[in-house]
Amino acid sequence: MNLTESIRVALRALGANKLRAALTMLGMIIGVGSVIALMSIGRGVQAGITSQIKGLGSNLLFITPGSTTQGGVRAQAGTASTLTAEDAQAMLDSGRVPQAVAVAPEAPNGGQVVANGQNTFTRLNGVTPEFLEVRNFSVAEGDFFSAEQMAARSLVAVLGANTRQTLFGDSDAVGQTVRVNQINLRVIGVMAPKGAQAQGGQDDVIYVPLTTMQTRLNRARTARGGQTISTINVQLADDRVETRQAAVENIGELLRERHRVAQDDFTIRSQEDLLQTANQITGFITLFLGSVAGISLLVGGIGIMNIMLVSVTERTREIGIRKAIGAKRRDILAQFLIEATVVSVVGGAIGIFIGAGGSRLLNGIRFGGPTAQPIQTVVSPDAIVLAFTVSALIGLFFGVYPAVKASRLNPIEALRYE
Amino acid sequence: MATAVALEASPTGSVTPGAGEVIIKVEGLTKTYTMGDVTVRALDGVSFEVRRGELLAIMGPSGSGKSTLMNVLGCLDQPGAGTYWLDGVETSTLDDDALAEVRNQKIGFVFQQFNLLARTSALEQVELPLLYAGVRDRQARALEALAAVGLADRARHRPTELSGGQQQRVAIARALVNNPALLLADEPTGALDTRTSEEIMAIFQRLNEEQGITVVFVTHEPDIARHTRRVIHLRDGQINQDAPVPEGERLTARPIQEAPAHEAAAARR
Repeated sequence: MNLTESIRVALRALGANKLRAALTMLGMIIGVGSVIALMSIGRGVQAGITSQIKGLGSNLLFITPGSTTQGGVRAQAGTASTLTAEDAQAMLDSGRVPQAVAVAPEAPNGGQVVANGQNTFTRLNGVTPEFLEVRNFSVAEGDFFSAEQMAARSLVAVLGANTRQTLFGDSDAVGQTVRVNQINLRVIGVMAPKGAQAQGGQDDVIYVPLTTMQTRLNRARTARGGQTISTINVQLADDRVETRQAAVENIGELLRERHRVAQDDFTIRSQEDLLQTANQITGFITLFLGSVAGISLLVGGIGIMNIMLVSVTERTREIGIRKAIGAKRRDILAQFLIEATVVSVVGGAIGIFIGAGGSRLLNGIRFGGPTAQPIQTVVSPDAIVLAFTVSALIGLFFGVYPAVKASRLNPIEALRYE
Repeated sequence: MATAVALEASPTGSVTPGAGEVIIKVEGLTKTYTMGDVTVRALDGVSFEVRRGELLAIMGPSGSGKSTLMNVLGCLDQPGAGTYWLDGVETSTLDDDALAEVRNQKIGFVFQQFNLLARTSALEQVELPLLYAGVRDRQARALEALAAVGLADRARHRPTELSGGQQQRVAIARALVNNPALLLADEPTGALDTRTSEEIMAIFQRLNEEQGITVVFVTHEPDIARHTRRVIHLRDGQINQDAPVPEGERLTARPIQEAPAHEAAAARR
């Protein structure tokens, strides 16, 4: 008996008990559907974080200060005040880091901002004009500050999109004045919205020239008297691994020399490092969600086995008749295996359809109001292939025992069964 | 008449009854069952031969072992001891799959309770042995077999839409469709009334005489046994008597009548 005929026999047998077949399939549908849906949510989180990290700019290195030690207790990384704007400039000027094409130091500081009768607490970030290009930002209204304004320590500010909205609403912002730490700053531009990020809102910020920040708004100094900064963004010439490794080595050497230390008092991380860490975490989330759903797939498989065992017992006489007129063991085995596989594969296919459709519907929905982060889902083909293969294998695996049981029935005993 | 056409088309042709070689040979068949503490000897050293083209009945009271014997002859069951040669092959040397093939190719088996599949049309029932034999052009052959038992017009009916006699005729068509050399029937008329039994016997007689098919069946009705040429009597698992039916006592069954109009109408509904 060939395969197509076996499938026809199996379909007829399933058709004879449609409700039962449908309920058995429901187990597979729910299992496969939830695997697809939950994996696509996990993948969506992964895709979102990846695009955020990639959106930081291209070929970036992030240099942050090391940790302070007080009374032998080492504090969090980044707490030491060792990096200076001069360190950043030296990377370009000394010619010892040929891989670096641009640097953008940052000196953030929190502050209460008053403008237009409104006030808000926001992040002040002292940056250089290069920041715009290195970090892939763009200006929506007005201009970013120039190198001249930077050199002149001008009292100018560029607002993040959210901050602008909070302070000025729908009225014009450019040309207005904001007051920070008793100092008036003239708004010269507004950034284009960038979207929320893992580290906090990038739109909830006020950019000021680094020099203005260091001389007028915040006067923190390093142990050696330099003006501290929290991060140096370094843009590299290309994305090759060798370039990155050489740059990390050169920058490390330069900074150790400048800081006169043997051990690094700073940390260099690349975009790839961030990506790797994030992917590790999101991969784990996906795996976790997938295995939770996998349990329901397993339960669906056991449902198939249960129904197939009932079916074998119920159809003992039929098996006896088939054997009496010449069905071989493998014919009976094939019939029941194919029945189980058809249930699981058809259920799996419907599950894929529902899971993928549900994920599509979920994509972009904001739970918790219009300001909430929208859910992102990515239905990946490999999840579909995986779910389909697993459901077929589950049908085979859980169908084997009932099918073997059926094929081993003695024809005479099977015929006598009532 | 459709039946006659089908018979002429049959490749087997007419064989002189009783003149063939040995098709069944059993020697010292023994089969014991254990039921709780009691051991029952269903067969206790049964030996006989059947030649190709014979029509023979096995009789005996209930518990005499006739059904057990039929199951062994039909390769549905294995004897505890003794040997069974079917068409020259010793069946104890065959494995499960080879026995399935023997049941499929060489033997047609008809049961007292018909043993048709539920919710399956007559045509598909008859196609089943062909399916397991790997035959491609199943429908034509199945229709031919149904025509041979006078059921060509009931091909699409399911068992619940057929009378007992019609169901048994579907079972006979199923047994015949692979052109077996041997037709075995275990009380084929046991669940049927006298008139329908007569129809079934007519089919057996015709298959035997016109196509030379060897027919062995079990019955406990002496009238049914008188339709054969030879009767074996079993008692307590042993052969009590093995004798030909005297010429004067033999009966010839009435050929199949078309079903009365009201019955046909009921079946079509």
